[in-house]
Amino acid sequence: MTRMKFAVLVFPGSNCDLDMFHAVQDTVGEQVDYVWHTADDLSAYDAILVPGGFSYGDYLRCGSIARFAPVMAEVHRAAEAGKFVLGVCNGFQILTEAGLLPGALIRNNSLKFRCHPVDLIVENARTAFTNAYAQGETIRVPIAHGEGNYYVDDETLSRLKKNNQIVFRYAGDNPNGSVDNIAGVCSERGNVVGMMPHPERAVSELLGSKDGARMFTSVLNAWRERHGAAIGG
Amino acid sequence: MAQQLAAKEPTAQQIAEQKIYKQFGVTDSEYELICEYLGRQPNYTEIGVFSVMWSEHCAYKNSKPLLRRFPTTGPKVLMGPGEGAGIVDIGDKQAVAFKIESHNHPSAVEPYQGAATGVGGIIRDIFSMGARPIALLNSLRFGKLDSERVRYLFSNVVGGIAGYGNCIGIPTVAGEVMFDEAYEGNPLVNAMCVGLIDHDKIQRGVAKGVGNPVFYVGPATGRDGIHGATFASEDLTAESEAKRSAVQVGDPFMEKLVMEATLELIDSGIVLGIQDMGAAGLTCSSAEMASKAGNGMELYLDEVPQREEGMTAYEMMLSESQERMLFVTEPQHEEQAKAIFARWGLHCAKVGKVTDDGRLRLFHKGEQVADMPVKALVDDCPIYHKPSKVPEYYLQNGSIDTTRYEQVPDLTCALKKVLGSPSLASKEWVYSQYDYQVRTSTAVVPGSDAAVVMIRGTRKALAMTTDCNGRYVYLDPEVGGKIAVAEAARNIVCSGGEPLAITDNLNFGSPEKPEVFWQMEKAVDGMAEACRVLDTPVIGGNVSLYNESVKGAIYPTPVVGMVGLVRDLDHITTQDFKAENDVIFLLGETKAEIGGSELQYAVHGVTEGRPPMIDLAVERAVQQAVLAAIRAGLVASAHDLSEGGLAAALAESCFGRGLGARVEWTPNLRPDLALFSESQSRILLSAKPENAEKLAALLKEQGVPAARLGTVGGDRLTIKIAGHTAVDAPVEELRRVWKEAIPCRMQ
Repeated sequence: MTRMKFAVLVFPGSNCDLDMFHAVQDTVGEQVDYVWHTADDLSAYDAILVPGGFSYGDYLRCGSIARFAPVMAEVHRAAEAGKFVLGVCNGFQILTEAGLLPGALIRNNSLKFRCHPVDLIVENARTAFTNAYAQGETIRVPIAHGEGNYYVDDETLSRLKKNNQIVFRYAGDNPNGSVDNIAGVCSERGNVVGMMPHPERAVSELLGSKDGARMFTSVLNAWRERHGAAIGG
Repeated sequence: MAQQLAAKEPTAQQIAEQKIYKQFGVTDSEYELICEYLGRQPNYTEIGVFSVMWSEHCAYKNSKPLLRRFPTTGPKVLMGPGEGAGIVDIGDKQAVAFKIESHNHPSAVEPYQGAATGVGGIIRDIFSMGARPIALLNSLRFGKLDSERVRYLFSNVVGGIAGYGNCIGIPTVAGEVMFDEAYEGNPLVNAMCVGLIDHDKIQRGVAKGVGNPVFYVGPATGRDGIHGATFASEDLTAESEAKRSAVQVGDPFMEKLVMEATLELIDSGIVLGIQDMGAAGLTCSSAEMASKAGNGMELYLDEVPQREEGMTAYEMMLSESQERMLFVTEPQHEEQAKAIFARWGLHCAKVGKVTDDGRLRLFHKGEQVADMPVKALVDDCPIYHKPSKVPEYYLQNGSIDTTRYEQVPDLTCALKKVLGSPSLASKEWVYSQYDYQVRTSTAVVPGSDAAVVMIRGTRKALAMTTDCNGRYVYLDPEVGGKIAVAEAARNIVCSGGEPLAITDNLNFGSPEKPEVFWQMEKAVDGMAEACRVLDTPVIGGNVSLYNESVKGAIYPTPVVGMVGLVRDLDHITTQDFKAENDVIFLLGETKAEIGGSELQYAVHGVTEGRPPMIDLAVERAVQQAVLAAIRAGLVASAHDLSEGGLAAALAESCFGRGLGARVEWTPNLRPDLALFSESQSRILLSAKPENAEKLAALLKEQGVPAARLGTVGGDRLTIKIAGHTAVDAPVEELRRVWKEAIPCRMQ
């Protein structure tokens, strides 16, 4: 039987690559590989996961150096081909720097790193990564970032709203000052999703929540739907 | 050029005549000894190398006789003190490596970088053993938060720890922070790292195999941190500010790369010996590696990557530039090693060779610039047995009756004062700045008695904690030393773990003062005895002396870092009350022990008398009973009673889930003493109603006194003592006081 293939990108300084890798194994159990930042071919993969961490030390600006890594040309190609791309935390910052997602992540308004669980509202349950959630559902997922303050200008914000590109909003206190409480967004086609909270850290009760697990089942659903009968569900 | 630079440095003769060695902390008699070992007068580079190797920081010259009193072996100890970190067996061919280290002096001068590089250094100690770092802890002490300087130090130390740990991707899972005037001029910053290792991967820092090449890896050497080890071995004074250059600058991204590459290198099996360049940098790592193998080493300093121009041999040898490692491999593996580092974007340079002459020889610009016996550097530093004297304050405290204060009239108000005291208050302001979840294995996050980190691929987990109540140690160093170990073990047990071993960080004032040396002696004796009774050998640690400022010595603070094994994930236990109607038990005996307590400090405004006593046999029995009860599945929550006594422990257990408690208790004590006594060997348990009888029976069978205090439920904490309401307040109100104490002061 054909299995879905996940790539977890590894940049120098990535540190949630391990977590992302195990989250895939522990939730959907499909094939998952670490893929080095120098890789020049991602054609074998169905989903590309860009993990958190401090790629290139976050020097200059979060994600601004990683976007030039050789593998990023392939990430662009995959996104254009409609493959599933998820960026979490530093991964989200990289995807915005790469222009694959709108907006930018700036320093938390508290000027401090913040690590704690937050409640998120699923604003768009139709993306490849959220189809297993109910629209408007509240889920608990941790954050851990110093620069997660999402910024877009008013014009882009209305476009995001119009296109239904806001995927998650913070339900309670806004932990970082993000515009319109935005915690995650997607591309116009919905196949590229970026978010500051860490779903891969919320995959078992022992970790405090398993609400993040459905991100992974969602993308497996999306992949199966796309490949339909060919793999026999 | 060489001559030009040499001209700037004093000659061997000038060093002798002008006693320049004294600037490096070398005494006249030590200088004489050095001349004897060399058979001549040392030149500038050599006296520099000797001075750091013979500093307290590297040679433990004032503390070694005391350290020998610790038990350091046991059936599970795979590596005791002497290497980068101690290692303990946890079964299934796995082991845990851990160590604690201080960065007090650098943090007092440059708090952000001082704390950050403290974290960086302890992480290197762990991965240089071949272990994968899985968790960080810290133990911090500051003056009172009403001083602006203290707030600056506190805020930046926390920022530095966060900045380094978060970036490198090792979760900071536990720690402790206390505030007291005693640390006003000299904060304590102790960092601990815990790593996992397979038995067959354990490395040692040895320069094996005569003729083998010695490699340097990591960023280039600069002029930062020169004489850091010497700086750490003297009192902090007004001039300390001028020694900012002795503080290094950390680069956690670089260390992440060095860590991954090093672990990959070790995994490849080609490493013969490896050691990080920590205190005293290239000097200490090269001399120690040669010494442990009984060999010598030659270093070609022109090959050392340098970040600044015109660096002298002296500067290169004494630099404490961060994130550097030294390793030895066989010549045929050179290319393989280089390829591994290249993959991580790192350069590794061949800087030396293992020799058989037992000497450390340095070559620079075509000349031999130093030639010293390795043994003299590493083993022959004179050891001092300092005089010891019972301090006057200790004698006076013996006659203070700590129950002489009038009874506290409003105990709800007293509880709020205690909960709002920054030492006891919620540390969320601190740990929410730390990434405590990266690596997705943290089952018990900061805020409970001990953190619990799961071991992937097994049903096991590691519990870990740091503990020390400096007030107790000050009031009675021997008792306080025992309590530090006992409390750490109690925290491990309350989390469902079995204590394995400890690492210790002995923070004291100047050993030149007989009263301080007495504190050291007594504290070590107390700790050693507790380690023997509780079966937790000391597998490594650090000594930080001269923690003095113009205001005098700090409270003696021998911090204990302990790791325990949780045999099954089902045993993981937290302090929070879990459900309505659960039954609350208090284990142990409560006596009128207020000396050194939080009540005494926060309400009466003094620290005096004798601290609580401790009977280690009783302690052991209580701990074993609780562990048995947890393993039998009878415990819903477990919480160690410590600062703030029963009242604080009950409140803290209510906070997690906002569940109240109704307690009725008739002890043979005045209510304020009953509620706030800090008597030792006490644990608060709760159990489901259907398990209560079984739990009571088990405790009785184990011979542990247990009082049934009441039940969990509602949204208020109500405590009746002998039928009279002593405390009655909404949990939320108490929680707010506790939670907001630090953020309010930091605004």
